[in-house]
Formats: sequence, structure tokens, C-alpha cells
Amino acid sequence: MTDDRESILSRVRGALAPLDERAAMPEYTTEIAVMRQMIAGRDLLTVFTERIRLVNGVALTDPAALVEKLRAGGWTHGYCDPALWPRLAPHFGADFKVEIEFDRARVDDYAFGITRAAGAIAETGTIILNEATTSRRLAALTPWVHVAVVERARIFADLPQAVAALGPDSNVIWCTGPSKTADVEGILIEGVHGPGIQIALVMQGA
Amino acid sequence: MRFQQIDQFASELKADKRASVYQSTKSTHEKRTKLLFDEFADPNRLRQIAGEIKQHTLENLDTYLPAVEAKMKANGVQVHWAATAEAANAAVLAIMRARGATKMVKAKTMVSEETELAHFLEKHGIEALETDLGEFIVQIDDDHPSHIVRPIIHKNRREIATSFEREGLGAYNDDPETITRRARQFLRHKYLAADVGLTGANFVSVESGRMVLVTNEGNSRFCLAATKCHIAMIGIEKLVPRDRDLALLLNLLGRSGTAQELTVYTEFISGPKSPTQPDGPEEMHVIFVDNGRTEVLASDCRDILRCIRCGACLNVCPVYRQASGHAYRSVYPGPVGAVLSPLLMGDKFAEKADLPKASSLCGACNEVCPVNIPIPDLLLRLRNKAKEEGVPSPGTPPMGAWALLASQPMAWRAALVGGKVMNYLPTKLLPIPALRAWEAKRALPAWRGGEFRKWMKSRKSRAGL
Ligand code: SF4
Repeated sequence: MTDDRESILSRVRGALAPLDERAAMPEYTTEIAVMRQMIAGRDLLTVFTERIRLVNGVALTDPAALVEKLRAGGWTHGYCDPALWPRLAPHFGADFKVEIEFDRARVDDYAFGITRAAGAIAETGTIILNEATTSRRLAALTPWVHVAVVERARIFADLPQAVAALGPDSNVIWCTGPSKTADVEGILIEGVHGPGIQIALVMQGA
Repeated sequence: MRFQQIDQFASELKADKRASVYQSTKSTHEKRTKLLFDEFADPNRLRQIAGEIKQHTLENLDTYLPAVEAKMKANGVQVHWAATAEAANAAVLAIMRARGATKMVKAKTMVSEETELAHFLEKHGIEALETDLGEFIVQIDDDHPSHIVRPIIHKNRREIATSFEREGLGAYNDDPETITRRARQFLRHKYLAADVGLTGANFVSVESGRMVLVTNEGNSRFCLAATKCHIAMIGIEKLVPRDRDLALLLNLLGRSGTAQELTVYTEFISGPKSPTQPDGPEEMHVIFVDNGRTEVLASDCRDILRCIRCGACLNVCPVYRQASGHAYRSVYPGPVGAVLSPLLMGDKFAEKADLPKASSLCGACNEVCPVNIPIPDLLLRLRNKAKEEGVPSPGTPPMGAWALLASQPMAWRAALVGGKVMNYLPTKLLPIPALRAWEAKRALPAWRGGEFRKWMKSRKSRAGL
């Protein structure tokens, strides 16, 4: 396929050679693509909480409220990142079965998965996952409920700021609400291949 | 009677299909407009800048392509090149064979539709399963997608329920939620059993070598969490210069395509999984595909390569709404397809030279396009190309008689009088077959020729001219 490389590149050069002038890169500030009026001096957690609700996600700040929500949904068997478990365990009752190992042969057993997030974006109600903070890709994806534990100080205001913070991580995923489709007659259904319930648990020092 | 091919298709389209296409394109379009104009002071400026970024990138692909290749290699990605559809498919097969892999899960990628990858792999004994819900349904029905973002916009729940029953996915049930749950349950075990995950890419940043993938369902995430090898098939036009350009384009893509501020999952992938991560690909391959793109780049229609496949021009197009996607006989339907599909045919251009004519040139596609592609101009250039290459055009009325009338004032006046007679004659008697065909499907308004000339005359006499 080295031949294909040469032939493609030479055809590209040939296609561009007749141009008298190449189109210039426009000058612009990324500010123009930000929904400024919404953020303007407001507390980022407040904006994030409001925006994640609009995409049918949930933001919580109290682990006890999380446990209540899981119990109310009947989601009592799940996975938790071992690094988070010592801090969360005291809130979970004996009615829960929480594993800190994820067995891919039993994906259907886990009703919830709790993993760390790399941050969040206030403007769009987005949770940021990445390779460095996600203990298991499958655990953040396959359970019906995904709980992302977000560090309070890692809420970015907008998309351009979050892009600037991508860093060297090889797999960054922005999650904006639960998995969804409108393929069947345009009707919105949540929980297609990913979580049907997306929760952000925002904590200090997570 | 000879129709243009798209007209013919539209005239035979079932009423319920037309209604479902019409309804969903219209509502997506209306939501899109509201979202863009409510949230940004000057959305048209955003479209312009996005268009300029893409145009700049295209016109500098000779430096950007080698640059992104070097970056990707440094990130641990294996980079391949494929000049044709056949070469692209062969590259995928070679990667799979080298790993002894027999099962692939596919996320939605338009370029793999171009190369008909799934069919090719199946012929070579490899299971290649579509995982996007719409594409999965297209696959089990052996159908074709009819929209670039909503592949089964032409199907209703009853048809889907029947297909699911036939495929053994449960007893007939046409509740969309049940359909979705059944697909979820069936497909998750397919991902876990697969060897290779195949995706496309919406954007690639030259600066970092990151590819960006957007989905709503999470199927591409699943492909990249369950399998050990990731192959990305990427058209050479997908590049953007820097990471920061992604923020602008992502803002426009979700809003334009599905009226979402952001698509649910936006993945930034720059290499295989990290050594400490238990799940995901140990090996990542990128195949840069040409398949006719360099020819488009060399033409005066190169602007169409800016396209980010959002589907907004399909949703707003009056012709697409009436005819639906299959009428375009191509992977890319709608206004973008009317430009791109004939161009991608290479020396078989003539076979699809009718597509650029199926447009009233109303300009709505240009107005919604997030990268501001002047689609009507490009359509005109292609009509001209067809004319110059002497492509026959059945179904188009000859304009010679019109030209004669319009250039002879005496003859024109006589024709205006004659036109009045038409009001009393059955249109079956129209002397031109193409006009007869056109009229057979439409009600002609009453002839009112000559009014303007009368008005002009009386105006002149009032003004004492
Ligand atoms: S041509 Fe423009 S509007 Fe149409 S699909 Fe491409 S980017 Fe979207």
C-alpha cells in the first residue's frame, strides 16, 4: 500500500498545483462558538446541574442521594472503581452488592457502574471520561446506570476550554446525557448500547 | 412518457413513506434553526468561518496529509493508504487476516458504505455486523440507507417489528422501546465476541493526530471497549488543522445534524489503549481512503469536500422531502449527494449526471450548511459539465423553442396570446413530451401572460413617458 500512498499524495499535489492562491486559514477566537450569555459569571456547578438536566442526565453532590436513587430504581448490584470504593462504601447498605472487579463474561449482572470522570463541561451538561481516570471502559458503558464521579474543581465552562484540556490522553469521551436513538420513526428512546441513566456525582477532592 | 429519474421515483413513492420522510426532516430542520439562532449572536458567521477552515485544509492537503500521518505514527497508530474502494476493503481484510480475526463489529461510517465493506468481508467469510440501530436494520433487511444521519427514515415501526420477528429477535412487537431493547440485548453479546471494531471519523486534527467520532447510541464506544483491534476508515478530506478548530465544528455538527447542542458521545481517539487499561484495542489502524476524492479536489467543485455529513441540507431540501433518499441511487442522497455522487463516479459521471438537475436551485441547502458550501453553484457547474460532455438528458424539455421566442419580440407577443388559449385546452395536447410528463403530476396555474406588459404600458402613459 506504499504505492497507494504515493499515488494519492501525487494526485493531491497535482490537483492543487493549478491554484494561484491557496485559501488562508481564517483568524478567529474560539469565543465565538460559546453560549456566553448562559455562563456569564455564574457558578459553574449550578450551570452544569441545570444543563445536564436538559439532556436527561442527573447531577448529584451527596453520595447518600446517589444511594437512594439507585435503591429506588432497584439497581442494587453493580461495579465500583476500587479507588473510589473506600470513600463511597460507608453510604451503601447491606442490600447492595458492589464488586470492585468487573467480569466481562457477566456484563448483564451489573445494573450500575461507578467510575471516575476527568471533568465536566458546564455549558453543555457534559461529563468527560478519559483513559487515565476510567478504571474499566466496559464498566462505564455496559451497565444500565453509569455514575461518573466528578471533581468539583474540574468543571470547565465551555467546549473550547475542554478542548484545550484534552492533554495527551489517548481516549477522551465527552458524554452528554444517556445513550439515545431516534432511528425508529423519530421517537426518542434512551439506553441503546450505552447507559440509559447517566449520573454525575460531583464531589470535592474526588 | 419520460420523467427525470428522480421524478419517476418520487411519483411511485408510497404516501406513508413520503409522509414519514417529510415529517421528520421538517421537524429536525425547524429545531436546528431555533437552536442555532437562539444561542449564538451570529450563527452565519460561524458557518462562514467553519467553511473557511475546511477550505483552507483542503487546499493544503499536500502538507497536512503527510503531517497527520507522522503524528499518528508517533502516537502508535499504524497508517495505511487506499486509492480505491477495492484497496480500502483489501486493507481491512489484510489486517484481519494477519490477526486471524473472523468477527467485526462496525460503527456507522459513510466511507465503508461507499466501498460496500460489509458485503465484501462477508464474501470472504468474515462476519461484519452493523451496530448503529438504523444500519443494523438496513443490514438485516438487505436494504440501503436513505439518509446520511437517519438511515431508516423511510421505514416505519411495523416494518421493523416484522424484520425483528423474522430474524428471531422476539415475537412481533412494534413498540419502539421494545425494538431498541431487543437490539441492545442482541448486539452487546456480539460486541463482546468480536475481534475487531471498525469506525469512521468525523474529524481528524493534524496538530495532535486525534480522530473525533460522534455518536448518540454509544455503539462506537462499545466497539472500542470490547474488541482488541480498532480499524478506522477515513476519507482524506476529514482533516482540520488544530484541536481548537474542533470546538467550533462540533458546536455546528450536532446542531445542524440532529438539533442537539452536542451529540451524546464525542470521542477523541489518538491511539491504542493505555497499558494499564484492561479494555479496548491494543492495536489501532487508520486507513486513509481516496476513492475519487482527489479527482473532486482537482475539479471546480472541490468545495463539496468540506462537507461534514451533517444531513441538514437533506432535511431542508424540498426535492429530498418529496423523493426520499433512495431516489438518488447513491450512498449520498439529497443536495450534497446531487453534487458528490456524480463526481465520485469518475469516468462513469454520465450515469448520475441527472442528479444535479433535480433541484430548483432554491438555495436552502447553502443557507443551512454548517460549512457554507455553495451547493446551488456547484449544481450549475455540474449541469454545465454534463452539457459539455454531451450527456443525453431524457426528461428535460428542449429550450431551443423558448430561446427563439424570448429573443423575438413579435413572436413573444404572439405566444402570449396563444398562451391564453391553453387555459381552455387539455394539457394532454402539450406539444413537448417532457412538459406533458411534468404536467401529469402537477396542476398548472391558469395562464396570465401579458399582464406585466399591460401594467408597464399604463405606467409609462401615466408618467407621461
Ligand atoms: S453539504 Fe453541508 S449541509 Fe449538507 S451534509 Fe454536508 S455539511 Fe451538512
